[in-house]
Amino acid sequence: MKKILRLILITLFLGLNFLAVVCAQGLSSSELINNAKQYDGKLVTYSGEVVGDVMSRGEFSWVNINDGENALGIWINSGLAKEINFTGSYKSRGDNLEFVGVFHRACSEHGGDLDIHAQSLRQVSNGRAVKEKLNFDKVSLSLILLGILFLTWILTLFKHK
Amino acid sequence: MMVIPILVAWCFKEINPALDFIVGIEISALLGLILIKICQTDKDLNWMQGMIVVSLSWVVAMILGAIPLYLSGHWKSFLDACFDAMSGFATTGLSLVQDLDHLSYAHNFWRHLIMFLGGQGIVVIALSFFVRGFSGAFKMYVGEARDEKIMPNVINTSRFIWLVSIVYLILGTLALGVTGILNGMKPVNSFFHGACIFMAAFDTGGFSPQSQNILYYHSFAYEVITIIIMVLGAINFKLHYHLWMGNRKELIKNIETQTLFVTIIATFSVVAVGLAQTGIYPATVALFRKGFYQLISGHTGTGFQTIYAAQFFTDWNPLAISGVILAMALGGAVCSTTGAIKMLRIGIILKAFKEDLKRIIMPERAIVVEKFHHIREVFLEDKIVRSALIITLAYMILYGLGALVGMFYGYPFLESLFESTSAAANVGLSCGITKITMPAMLKVTYILQMWAGRLEFMSVFTILGFLFASIKGK
Repeated sequence: MKKILRLILITLFLGLNFLAVVCAQGLSSSELINNAKQYDGKLVTYSGEVVGDVMSRGEFSWVNINDGENALGIWINSGLAKEINFTGSYKSRGDNLEFVGVFHRACSEHGGDLDIHAQSLRQVSNGRAVKEKLNFDKVSLSLILLGILFLTWILTLFKHK
Repeated sequence: MMVIPILVAWCFKEINPALDFIVGIEISALLGLILIKICQTDKDLNWMQGMIVVSLSWVVAMILGAIPLYLSGHWKSFLDACFDAMSGFATTGLSLVQDLDHLSYAHNFWRHLIMFLGGQGIVVIALSFFVRGFSGAFKMYVGEARDEKIMPNVINTSRFIWLVSIVYLILGTLALGVTGILNGMKPVNSFFHGACIFMAAFDTGGFSPQSQNILYYHSFAYEVITIIIMVLGAINFKLHYHLWMGNRKELIKNIETQTLFVTIIATFSVVAVGLAQTGIYPATVALFRKGFYQLISGHTGTGFQTIYAAQFFTDWNPLAISGVILAMALGGAVCSTTGAIKMLRIGIILKAFKEDLKRIIMPERAIVVEKFHHIREVFLEDKIVRSALIITLAYMILYGLGALVGMFYGYPFLESLFESTSAAANVGLSCGITKITMPAMLKVTYILQMWAGRLEFMSVFTILGFLFASIKGK
């Protein structure tokens, strides 16, 4: 009996230890995609920038998180999703968030999608609006080309006559 | 056409992207002025000139189309921008863009617009809007892999192709836009994505405004709508014309739709058995959403993905992958926006096999006559079969050559064949080889494959013959 109890305790300890390692490390999207079978159904930590739209589907929402390599879909409680202020686009940098959740290689709830069902969210850094500065090199280039174009047009007219 | 993304930039208050397109317009106009001065002639084009004009137009379009892309700073090199421009014009969908999720609306619209333009055919645009009618028009039309006239006149045919596309564009954008809103997207984004995704789906392109492609939407409804649009894009424009005229029987009788139906079932069976062996999608819905979607996307030559590129080789088995490769190699209908061997040729080859089998089985004196229905009843003549077999063989050689180049750079056989078939058949599904870090020669190989595959060889053979003759001094 003692032996069985000891075995259960050791297994439980090792299992929890593995989970803690997976959680603590924080995994990249490439690691998760390339080793999906290994992480399937496990609790993982994943972080990155929110990109595109936060798509509310009632009680839960979809957010897509890009860690610089790929973007992964995160299924999150809509209440938690309300904490998102900025999403990444041409004119903004999205909030950098860290999620802890269950990773699915082929989620049965979502038609086989590779996704993470988030349990908690932590804001790593705030997003911001990106103010577009006029690129003077591009302005100069377009003006020079306009001059060349005009000159060529005049030359072709002159030669034609 | 670069005026349209400038209007998009103006709508979304994007200054620098607008400048990229202004530079693009200026360079295009400058080149146009020079070419008019050097090449203007009153003589009509002969077949060889028509073919050369078409094949070179596509190379020039690629270079000019790549200018605004490169200036955006989202492409690592001009070669990468050219890769995406050719991929867009040839409606392939393979991409080397960096940080797509932060790309401007204007540049994103341009990526999808070039698919829309390339899908109808660059020459079709010229014939529709700029050419008043000359006999060289048909030669250029044929050079762009369109040998079927819907109307008696090729200019009216080109205009009909545009009419069909614009009507579907409005309907498709509305359907996808409303679905996007119901999926929780912001209305502006929803309709912007709707227009982009429609252009990529109907023209069997495969670009998408976000890096996750169709997986970004996490929506079954979105997947179903895109499947319908992809299939519409894979149908012959001539068949569209008959459907519009109320001749629905043509859809059932036509050899292309019959062959498409059979090959979809056959290739999906292969994929489904392969996926069932892996056990990755135990639920039928998941197997359909992942297996059937990638298959139909490959078969129609679109290249939309709802799985990550790496998943093809980490989660799928060789049988399922082979099913997708086979579907990509077959393609859609002739005179559609798809690439690859195409259904008419496959149908003709199968009919020829049937005819030969009959000849073996039946008595020697028996006269075997085989017919097929494509808009009208056509007798299966040897020259039709020969032409179908030559193009099929040319495609198979093209798929093989690309795979060899891939293997030369150290990629495994199946991965190389997958990516090569995807490029040459203008599909756009990727198993992960196409990325910024791949060798430059492989990028050039895929560009050449996309170009040759889209023009269906005739124009490319002509230009190669012309170059060879020039070198020999003939």
